[in-house]
Amino acid sequence: MQPIRTLRSRTVVLGAANIDTDQIIPARFLTTTTRDGLGQHLFADWRYDADGPRHDFILNGVDARNCSILVAGRNFGCGSSREHAPWALLDYGFRAVISTEIADIFRSNALKNGLLPVVVDAATSQWLIEHPGAEVSIDLPASTLTLPTGAAISFVLEPFARNLLVNGIDELGFLIEHDAEITAFEHGRPQG
Amino acid sequence: MASAPRTLLQKIWDQHEVVAETAETPAVLYIDLHLIHEVTSPQAFAVLGERGLGVRRPELTLATMDHSTPTRTEQIFGGAPISIESAAQQIRQLERNCARFGVELLGLRSAQRGIVHVIGPELGATQPGKTIVCGDSHTSTHGALGALAFGIGTTEVGHVLATQSLLQRKPKSLAINVTDRLQPGVTAKDLILWIISRIGVSGGTGHVIEYRGPGISALDMDERMTVCNMSIEAGARAGMIAPDETTYAYLAGRPRVPQGRQWEEALTRWRALPSDAGARFDREVAIDAAAVEPMITYGTNPGMVIPINGAIPARAGDAAFDQALAYMGFEAGTQLKDKSVDVVFLGSCTNGRLSDLRAAASVLRGRRIAPGVQMLVVPGSQAVKREAEAEGLHEVFLDAGAQWRESGCSMCLGMNGDLVGKGEYSLSTSNRNFEGRQGVGARTLLASPLTAAASAVRGRVTDPREILGH
Repeated sequence: MQPIRTLRSRTVVLGAANIDTDQIIPARFLTTTTRDGLGQHLFADWRYDADGPRHDFILNGVDARNCSILVAGRNFGCGSSREHAPWALLDYGFRAVISTEIADIFRSNALKNGLLPVVVDAATSQWLIEHPGAEVSIDLPASTLTLPTGAAISFVLEPFARNLLVNGIDELGFLIEHDAEITAFEHGRPQG
Repeated sequence: MASAPRTLLQKIWDQHEVVAETAETPAVLYIDLHLIHEVTSPQAFAVLGERGLGVRRPELTLATMDHSTPTRTEQIFGGAPISIESAAQQIRQLERNCARFGVELLGLRSAQRGIVHVIGPELGATQPGKTIVCGDSHTSTHGALGALAFGIGTTEVGHVLATQSLLQRKPKSLAINVTDRLQPGVTAKDLILWIISRIGVSGGTGHVIEYRGPGISALDMDERMTVCNMSIEAGARAGMIAPDETTYAYLAGRPRVPQGRQWEEALTRWRALPSDAGARFDREVAIDAAAVEPMITYGTNPGMVIPINGAIPARAGDAAFDQALAYMGFEAGTQLKDKSVDVVFLGSCTNGRLSDLRAAASVLRGRRIAPGVQMLVVPGSQAVKREAEAEGLHEVFLDAGAQWRESGCSMCLGMNGDLVGKGEYSLSTSNRNFEGRQGVGARTLLASPLTAAASAVRGRVTDPREILGH
């Protein structure tokens, strides 16, 4: 997992509320046994039609490829638990998603892969949605998002998750360190 | 041992906390049952292989195949090739992984195979007080038996395989208090759609829902599973119902429940699980079951739902709402009733259990589905299929003109080639009406098995009470 300390990028905006993981990556692309190469299918049904790429869809623009921050409407990532959704976003080139609300399972999956979920207030979200392509910066250790206006907005990320992201550590190592406690717990339980 | 009154959630949490959470670190939570399937496990097994790790408790892990698995009998039992080669590879990969890591697999031709959330309860592997996880968001289904059950991602599947534990922050609690009882012709599916219409598709985010009250106690186990199943459609990772005599009667005698004296001991433990009188919830919502009507969705998320005789609302200035209606080919202010349907899907972890098939058959018996309508009936498990056939339900469906398939997720998410065509209307008993969920450009209307069957007969969206005579 790549550590994240700071990100500076122009934004890509998908302002609709309730963008579900079936939109992020449709189920027909889940018959894979690896996590590689999913970026080409990101938002496939919004991005392509029978004739190929839809030029009016923002992710097909030249600029979007160079952006690492996605701004989305409320309740981003709802629905299916498929971790292919953050895998596809990361493979495309995104490193952070900003919304007023991010669905629980998507948020958990994002954190485990180094995709930063940033939850902001409604006014900040509205400003970002109305200013697509704005150059913003994220300082993860300070948990602040800075807009081109100079406004610095704090966001909440619990210290544990922040530490893992900043240092590029995955949780499995942390869990394995608790092996002795897990074993003791198993021995102390009623059977059956 | 005087202590503050605790909720069902708090009790199960307390019993599984290996390491307590602190301000700095989440809890280490022990997992009693890990269900796995072919789609969200291969990358997790790959991590075990890369790190030289084994499966810590293979006997607490149970695998089956359902998501990308064919429902055509000839592809399962007849030696015909599985039509999607990548799906066939995924199935073979699960077989190899389970053999290598010593995990029990209810495989392609197993008589116990089925949708993972149907077979857990059916086998008695799902039990009150357990922590249950699966790489699937509808794991919330198992909470109907008084378990704490929630969906996880593939990285977490790897964590549980390796350590039988997860790092978790304790979620907030949301009590949904359901008074009174459902009216005839109104089902558990209508109740949960009604609840989602009240609290919204993100109303449960960050929470575990406990469904409570006489309107819930009156439900049988299949109905309770339908309610808990769609908790995630309200944003809640888990939904649960306190175990009671209905739960114990359902579990008694199932193959994987404790036997003899251990059954009695388990009952004693389970009877202590329900939320204590006076236990505090972070939020509470009141629902009157008697007010619920047959519900149907009109848009592209399960919160876009109305009573079957209602009109599609308008939301001025909401571009996403208008886009959803455009996708569906509907206009604000119009009724859904009498709109024509092309496909009817009866099945899924929401409504693929025996009582769902019985309900639909009660409408279809002696009737035919309308010309031009394609109806697919997919039992939730091979056991459901056998039980349905033993009572002749398959003949009711076949005589009506429907297709009768092997079990699996099928057209709920269309991974296995069971698809709805572009622009077609599908009246589906499944759980998600997202754009493209049942096929590129497919338009899904979610409703109950009764509404599905009634609409199949008329070829138009139909209030089942008109046919049932309620």
